[in-house]
Amino acid sequence: MTMTLDRPIASSAPLVEVKALKHVYGKGGGPGLVVLDDVNLTMRPNEIVGLLGRSGSGKSTLLRSIAGLITPTGGTVTVNDMPGEDTAHGVAMVFQSFALFPWLTVQKNVELGLEAKGVPAEERRKRTLAAIDLIGLDGFENAYPKELSGGMRQRVGLARALVVQPSVLLMDEPFSALDVLTAETLRTDLLDLWSEGRMPIRAILLVTHNIEEAVLMCDRILVFSSNPGRVIAEIKVELPQPRKRLDPAFRSLVDEIYARMTARAVVPAAREGAFPGTGLGLALTHVSTNTLAGMMEAIAAPPNNGSAELATLARELQMEADELLPIAETLQLMRFAEIEGRTIRLTPAARRYDAADVDERKQLFAQHLLAYVPLAGHIRRVLDDRASHQAPATRFRDELEDYMSEPYAEETMDAIISWGRYAEIFAYHEDDDRFSLDDPA
Amino acid sequence: MVFLSSDRLNTGLLTRFVRREFAPNRFDVIALVLIGAVAVLVVHGAQQMNLPVGHLRSQPVVLDPARLPEYALRSTLRMFAAIFASLLFTFVVATLAAKSRKAELVIVPMLDILQSIPVFGFLTFTVTFFIGLFPTSELGVELAAIFTVFTAQAWNMAFSFYQSLRTLPSDLVEVSQQFNLSPWQRFIKLELPFATPALVWNTMMSMSGGWFFVVLSEAITVGKTTVTLPGIGSWLALAIENQDFKSVAWAVGAMAVVILLYDQLLFRPIVAWADRFRFEQTASQEQPESWFYDLLRRTRLFRRIGRPFVAVWRLLPRVSLPRVPAPQIGGKQTAIWTDRAWFALVVAVALWAVWMIASYVIASLSLHEILIAFGLGLITLVRVLVLIAIASLIWVPIGVWIGLRPAWSQRMQPVAQFLAAFPAQVLFPGAIIAIIAFHLDPNIWLSPLIILGTQWYILFNVVAGASALPSDLKEVVGIFHVGSWQRWRDFILPGIFPYYVTGALTASGGSWNASVVAEIVSWGHTHLEAMGLGAYISKATTAGDFPRVALGITVMSIFVIVLNRSVWRPLYSYAENHLRLD
Repeated sequence: MTMTLDRPIASSAPLVEVKALKHVYGKGGGPGLVVLDDVNLTMRPNEIVGLLGRSGSGKSTLLRSIAGLITPTGGTVTVNDMPGEDTAHGVAMVFQSFALFPWLTVQKNVELGLEAKGVPAEERRKRTLAAIDLIGLDGFENAYPKELSGGMRQRVGLARALVVQPSVLLMDEPFSALDVLTAETLRTDLLDLWSEGRMPIRAILLVTHNIEEAVLMCDRILVFSSNPGRVIAEIKVELPQPRKRLDPAFRSLVDEIYARMTARAVVPAAREGAFPGTGLGLALTHVSTNTLAGMMEAIAAPPNNGSAELATLARELQMEADELLPIAETLQLMRFAEIEGRTIRLTPAARRYDAADVDERKQLFAQHLLAYVPLAGHIRRVLDDRASHQAPATRFRDELEDYMSEPYAEETMDAIISWGRYAEIFAYHEDDDRFSLDDPA
Repeated sequence: MVFLSSDRLNTGLLTRFVRREFAPNRFDVIALVLIGAVAVLVVHGAQQMNLPVGHLRSQPVVLDPARLPEYALRSTLRMFAAIFASLLFTFVVATLAAKSRKAELVIVPMLDILQSIPVFGFLTFTVTFFIGLFPTSELGVELAAIFTVFTAQAWNMAFSFYQSLRTLPSDLVEVSQQFNLSPWQRFIKLELPFATPALVWNTMMSMSGGWFFVVLSEAITVGKTTVTLPGIGSWLALAIENQDFKSVAWAVGAMAVVILLYDQLLFRPIVAWADRFRFEQTASQEQPESWFYDLLRRTRLFRRIGRPFVAVWRLLPRVSLPRVPAPQIGGKQTAIWTDRAWFALVVAVALWAVWMIASYVIASLSLHEILIAFGLGLITLVRVLVLIAIASLIWVPIGVWIGLRPAWSQRMQPVAQFLAAFPAQVLFPGAIIAIIAFHLDPNIWLSPLIILGTQWYILFNVVAGASALPSDLKEVVGIFHVGSWQRWRDFILPGIFPYYVTGALTASGGSWNASVVAEIVSWGHTHLEAMGLGAYISKATTAGDFPRVALGITVMSIFVIVLNRSVWRPLYSYAENHLRLD
């Protein structure tokens, strides 16, 4: 079968080399959004490398730079084809959204890359059918994507990438749009094909925000920080395949990665050239006050009783790292919690909050919001100073944009509006986009 | 056509009526017959009336640029009067159709047909009718002009409102039932807000289409009656009569200014405001923006001016209208019998209508005449199809090029919409002069005029389609280095097709209307004519030959409906089923 290729035993020639990669979004004028800063990566044959990080950490940008879809602002990307291989195709990519053409059948979708390469029709058909066969899609050749379940669609996406025989398979959160069971089946199938050497590829680069997925699949994990995206840790996973999630070694590795991801993330000071003096440059993440309250309650309740391991908490609440961490950080910012290593601990204030009734909770939240979130105090002061007790929101939005790029300013405003409304320290009127001190009652 | 406001307001103006659930049925035929019967009745009635002899020129139009702002204002006011009437019609008729199944059976196919047929035909009848109503005052003529614009605007608005009422989210309906809202409160609190975005968008499209008819209806001759209402349309007619090119240029400029102002000061703000009624829990990606709306929101003065209106609006739900007790239906059996009785009544009326039309037509027209009209219809059909094809060849690549470049499409989209609203006949004199100067064959060279104003629908729909192409598919195409031929075949053309069909359908409908003014044109005493159904109708109108106008309009309606049902609707349904991106 043309699909099976022997992987060379130990070739040390790198497949992909990324050097000092930097990427900035945005125009020359305002402060650009630095998504990647000084990223280095070398991929060698026979390895699965995971890029792990929270949303906005630039891991997808790195993947797209390697795929040649984005021209990075600085640095170099080299993709080396294996010498002596017939494929001129360095990389192929599997998408989170599957990215199938709805008007093409499974077979036509898979053939797309071959046709683009000018492979003759007969060979194209043969290779396509082999790839479909390999990936377990027999019988679905003439189906349209809308007739398939999510898992089957992603198999089509995988077959389409494999059929061009790329040396490196790029996977952009390939399982995150699937339900838990389907994702697990697909992961296992992929690992089986990989370990049996049945896929015509040399290496896999997997982007994910799911720590367990990374530990389950990868030989090497690069952990990214966000804003800007930098590699903050490189972790070799030396557990033998197949790996078991309940294996204590597996667990402790997951815990360790949690600790690494929080260790850097919780230093809120210098994000995007923030001004430590005023503190207005602090980009906030819009976390609902209900979620914050729920998290404090969950940590306060037994068996946690006020402190918990982040990884354990995530499992208990069925959250992924990039959902849990913003909540933990926001609690830390408002001095409702402290994060140390892999543990989060409630402060006495949070325990009072947990025990309080609705009005007391709001008062406590308002005190902390005004004291520890500079923007909240700033808005309140402006409103107090003005005779009309009103101020247009654009004024604050513009101020924020001096420190951060527009999307961050937008999210920061959303966060402060929602927290301020809950704390009742000011009112916001969407209709005319202004803050005021009115009491709606 | 019904336009839906979709995820982004400038995109996906998918015409809903071509969807399957509105497929034709026997009620379509009945509706067509009923409309025909009403037309015949009006004509008959009008002929009985004693038409005033001579010209209705209370205020002759003067080609003086100083008067132009006043004329522009009067044209605009006619437009707004018509849109107001259309809204009233929409609220009454669409609500009726949504609430009563019996009314629905007749109203829905009727709206569908009315929105497909060339509305110009109504002009002849309504001018006669309204002048007959007010023989001594200008009011009749004004009403006729306004009614013409109304007939171009009302149907798709009503259709959109009806569809919104039929697709109310069931949880909100249950809430309003649970709290026992009166029908009036339900209308104010639920139905109207829910229907607003689609209605605003359709109103906007109607307005765009309306300028054409305002200009058209201001200066028209029906038999012995010459209507000249002060406005841009009659200014233009006079300028053409006098071969005054400078005045034509003035009219073009005035029209451009008026449309620009109405777009910037009225519609963009309304669209931006209506965005809040969009029924979705997540914030939309791209919100429509309007500088003028932002300005109004931030001005204290405006808030103060607006306060009384807001207060009145808040009082509205408290208005208690007498509750009409829901008719107690005595069970399924009775329901079936009342349905049958209603259906029998509708069929009886339809049969009577057939008999009436047939006797009218037989009395006034020969079979030969009918065949001639159909032959001319074929010529115009060819003209429309060929021009749509040519316009597509030109605008699809350009539209795709623009749509794939966000910076360009944001700038070009309003321009294309502006061009679509611009009444193209204002630009005709330039083309006519060229045809005369180069001794061109009017049969060929007048043809482009019928698509002059409507080709923009193709452009802006294609731009919308191309900019809606999903980025992950673009990445697939990029990563596999798909060549340009394959890219067009497998990606771009299927991706924009649903949008293209919408644009081509709209352009086709508009072109039939335009053929009435584009196939026969004049410049001073020079008259140019292209063979076709449009010229036939136009001549019959000028001659006041009612049977021929009726015949021409009927034939054109049949052509348009058959074209819609046999070409556009299947294409659309194919696009819906096979080429949808979500």
